[in-house]
Amino acid sequence: MSDKQQSIIGAGVPRIDGPDKLSGRANYAADNLPPDLAYGYGVFSTIASGRVSQLSVDEARKMPGVVDIFHHGHFPSLYRTPSSFAQGNKVEETRLPFEDERVYYEGQFVALVVADTFENARAAARRVKVTYSADQAVANLDQGVEANGTQAGSGNHDRGDAASAFDGAATTIDVTYRTPVETHNPMEMHASTAWWDNGDLTIFDATQGVVVARNALSKIFAIAPERVTVYAPYIGSGFGGKLWTWPHAIAAAAASRELERPVQLVVPRQQMFTTTGHRPETRQRLRLATDDNGKLVSLRHESINTTSFTDQYVETCGSVTKSLYSCPNLTVSHETTQVNRGTPTSMRAPGAAPGLFALESAIDEMAAAAGVDPLQFRLDNYAERDESKDLDFSSNHIVEATKRAAERFGWADRNPQIGSMREGREIVGYGVAACNWEALKMACDARVSIRADGTAFASCATQDIGTGTYTIVAQTVSDVTGIPIDRITVKLGDSSYPDGPISGGSWATATTLPAIAGAARNALDEMKRYATGSNGAFAGASSDALDATAGGLRNAAGKQVSFAEILEAGRYGSADGEAHTEAADSKYSYRSFGAHFVEVRWDPGISRLRVARVVSAIDVGKVINETTARNQVEGAVVMGIGMGLFEATEYDERNARPVNNDYAEYVVPVHADQPEIDVILLDYPDLAFNEYGARGIGEIGTTGLAAAIANAVHHATGKRIRELPITLDKLMGDVPQARSA
Amino acid sequence: MRAFAYSRADSVDHAAHRITHDAAFVAGGTTLLDLIKLDVLKPKNVVDINALPLKRVERLDDGRLRIGALVTNTDLAHHPEVKRHYPLLSQALLAGASTQLRNMATTAGNVMQRTRCPYYRDAAAACNRREPGSGCDARGGLNRLNAVLGGSDACVAVHPSDMCVAMAAIGATLTLSSADGEREVAFGDFHRLPGDTPHIEHDLADGELITAITLEPPLAPAGSYYLKLRDRASYEFALASAAAQLSLDGEMIGEARVALGGVGTKPWRCPDAEAALVGQPAQIATFERAAEIALRDATPLEHNAFKIPLARQSIVRALREATRLARDEGKQEGQV
Ligand SMILES: Cc1cc2nc3c(=O)[nH]c(=O)nc-3n(C[C@H](O)[C@H](O)[C@H](O)COP(=O)(O)OP(=O)(O)OC[C@H]3O[C@@H](n4cnc5c(N)ncnc54)[C@H](O)[C@@H]3O)c2cc1C
Repeated sequence: MSDKQQSIIGAGVPRIDGPDKLSGRANYAADNLPPDLAYGYGVFSTIASGRVSQLSVDEARKMPGVVDIFHHGHFPSLYRTPSSFAQGNKVEETRLPFEDERVYYEGQFVALVVADTFENARAAARRVKVTYSADQAVANLDQGVEANGTQAGSGNHDRGDAASAFDGAATTIDVTYRTPVETHNPMEMHASTAWWDNGDLTIFDATQGVVVARNALSKIFAIAPERVTVYAPYIGSGFGGKLWTWPHAIAAAAASRELERPVQLVVPRQQMFTTTGHRPETRQRLRLATDDNGKLVSLRHESINTTSFTDQYVETCGSVTKSLYSCPNLTVSHETTQVNRGTPTSMRAPGAAPGLFALESAIDEMAAAAGVDPLQFRLDNYAERDESKDLDFSSNHIVEATKRAAERFGWADRNPQIGSMREGREIVGYGVAACNWEALKMACDARVSIRADGTAFASCATQDIGTGTYTIVAQTVSDVTGIPIDRITVKLGDSSYPDGPISGGSWATATTLPAIAGAARNALDEMKRYATGSNGAFAGASSDALDATAGGLRNAAGKQVSFAEILEAGRYGSADGEAHTEAADSKYSYRSFGAHFVEVRWDPGISRLRVARVVSAIDVGKVINETTARNQVEGAVVMGIGMGLFEATEYDERNARPVNNDYAEYVVPVHADQPEIDVILLDYPDLAFNEYGARGIGEIGTTGLAAAIANAVHHATGKRIRELPITLDKLMGDVPQARSA
Repeated sequence: MRAFAYSRADSVDHAAHRITHDAAFVAGGTTLLDLIKLDVLKPKNVVDINALPLKRVERLDDGRLRIGALVTNTDLAHHPEVKRHYPLLSQALLAGASTQLRNMATTAGNVMQRTRCPYYRDAAAACNRREPGSGCDARGGLNRLNAVLGGSDACVAVHPSDMCVAMAAIGATLTLSSADGEREVAFGDFHRLPGDTPHIEHDLADGELITAITLEPPLAPAGSYYLKLRDRASYEFALASAAAQLSLDGEMIGEARVALGGVGTKPWRCPDAEAALVGQPAQIATFERAAEIALRDATPLEHNAFKIPLARQSIVRALREATRLARDEGKQEGQV
């Protein structure tokens, strides 16, 4: 490979799908308007627990444009998917829509009106009369534990004897942290447009996983997977909320089959808080102990999260705790408790995001108890190998990341005394926290064609959820073939292409690129066979003697023939290659590392808290695209600010109904909340992991950030806030007692 | 959302004639259509008033400023008269909503906007304001955003406007038109306290239309400041806000106006706090005493007690900023 070809990996290539998005040409799930399209609108339960006792559609049926109204008494019988991750047919909510009259959560579909227009469907939906027989709902984690106790979760770990080590230790802390329900709020709402043709289902779905959606739908409709095609060429982001198929997609497809016409169903923003997953509420008890030298000797991280009554979802809060710090005696346990909310799901950095809020806050508390600077405490205690797996890390630069970020941030200027750093009316607080995420890689197939017009075509049934997958696939094809980016077409988000991964877990890059590179190399090999064949331009030469460069092949003597000419000579339309790559091995512990440094500003005169500055150093292996990688970390930091300061879905404890399920009252950061963000990308290729040495970067930036804020808030105010979000009322001093209701 | 009949009014008379109890005017639509879609408001007839000639801002001979009902929040905030003589109003408008919403929102629509109490906006919850006699889910519910001033057993919903807080501080008169002619209502009398009848939100009869709002002449030389405190930095309703305006007589306060937002069931003018400022030295101790007085009668609910100290803080800081600006203003006048 020439220098030029090498430089395309890592370069800040602009997104190749940018112009389509900017100009409105990009088609999202609800942009597809096939002829004769009918529109669905849901009727959503207004109780959280109980059953539908009566459902009258008489008035609604007479409304203009109504085609049909589905509900538990009028819906085709479908089949459940086994919901297996290994089989690739997972869903989060296994109960089928309209399966029976039971209501498990507020905002559950209890009927679906289909009409000729969206407006008519919505108007008629308001006229469906539903009477409920309500049970006392379980509204939150505490109520769940009290009413139903807990169920054992997964991902637990035990080593040494944490309890005895704690009891005999020099310094200990025992603290409990809480995080609320957070809800994915991507710009694009969940939406499905489905139609059937001779028993074949086509569905444009806002999904982060076309292959898994296809497989799940094929189980649910009991037809062969080949007869289902799922399209998601563009997704207006998902953050995990769109990983698995939710009831609306199933309902849209079923209604379409019944009505023999295309049906579109968009989930209203309010119900994106109820029927399409959320990050569950957690309660996490942390017990830490150090010896006289400030070394951790015992660490217990025991968490409980809420789940639904229909499915168990485990938020593995202790996933990082197992291996981030060196500690001989350690226990991580996860339990769940059932509440009347929809089934939770992965939200950017599941487990690690709430888990590291707790762990990295506790580390600061432990450092303080041990009388050690929180930065030094981390450097003293970071693990050198993965003690939970008894494996070496493939590549770990957390010490360098922490030190470089500390220096860029100016940690040395931090006066450790609480509230001591002032600027005008504001008190400045500095906080640090580590960030961490497991590096995963799945099996993957891909296809690359080098075509007679000199262009290349690459396809894989993975998705670009706005992160830049289209672009890095093109970079990879260009890297291997030497064909320039603007002559490479990439197709993703179509389940009929070779099976690719879900866009989640930060594994799309690590999974997809090796398969794409393999397919491109195979296409080149095919090209070389054509070129060295009897009528080829390099007839009789050995393939090994030919290099791919500048859109063609070249031999040692400098003779260069373009791919187009080679194909034309053989009258071939294209030289094609396919490849299959395997999931990650278990020779090492593969993880990504980093550190966040946060400056907060607290103006006690008006109780105003703002994040002013963030420096993050991230070690994710090789950076494939400087621009999209930086963008992922910056976005993750902003989301971490939301988690730290604002986000919480609030439920009325009397009836488990959400009260702020709209985009005005569910507070996420806006532009004016953006601090100065400085991202350092370490860029050390992890070649044990894959040929590019790239581990994936989507989630790590969200982990640890809320703890860094909490630690900075403590530095500024002296208040240790153990329950997110850190809203101003939690920091105010003289709040009077409330009159009881 | 329910279907409604839509028509356009081409004169004020015409509009007033069309309005009955099951009809609603639509101006920018940013409140009305939202609440229709949520099934909270269910008008059978919607009368579009955007063609009416109510889009002018004019200075009257007596020094007051008359603002047409349909002047948008954006146009009003950037109007030269407003920027120059009522910077408080301009600031308050720009602290509200987002640019896109302000481009649509109108002056009268803003005055008439409904509460953001989540139980009001949820058609399945009990709310006396939305459905008289149904009860109030906010009192014993999640009431972090609710009112600490002016509430009743029946209702503790906040009036969410920023613009109205500035207008309450400045002083204004609404012009209401109907088939019977015109009448004027003082701004402070227009919004009602909830009492036992929270569904009666204001002093506007069926068949009446707001045609203009006329601001009192500006205080001069004066400093003013609108401070809005909230969780995030922008695009959120106030947890507490204060509009403060004062003129200085040397180091002493001449005239003073204070109003609060985010904490009251209506835009909340604070006359007792103002009285405690007049003739006193312009210093923190004075401001703190005025803030104490302004919140004297505040009653917290389970989740909103923090609003009481927060509102006090907003008053003190707004007065400090207003004083600073009044001093600057004074200096400039001196220089001229
Ligand atoms: C997401 C969001 C955030 C917001 N944030 C803020 C904020 O931070 N601060 C803030 O102050 N506001 C905020 N608003 C509210 C916004 O300011 C109001 O929605 C807007 O001012 C209403 O004006 P409009 O012209 O759109 O009213 P419309 O929706 O057209 O009408 C509102 C009401 O006024 C009546 N009406 C309109 N004109 C007249 C008239 N001439 N005479 C009599 N009745 C009339 C209508 O019948 C209706 O009942 C926000 C709104 C939204 C949706």
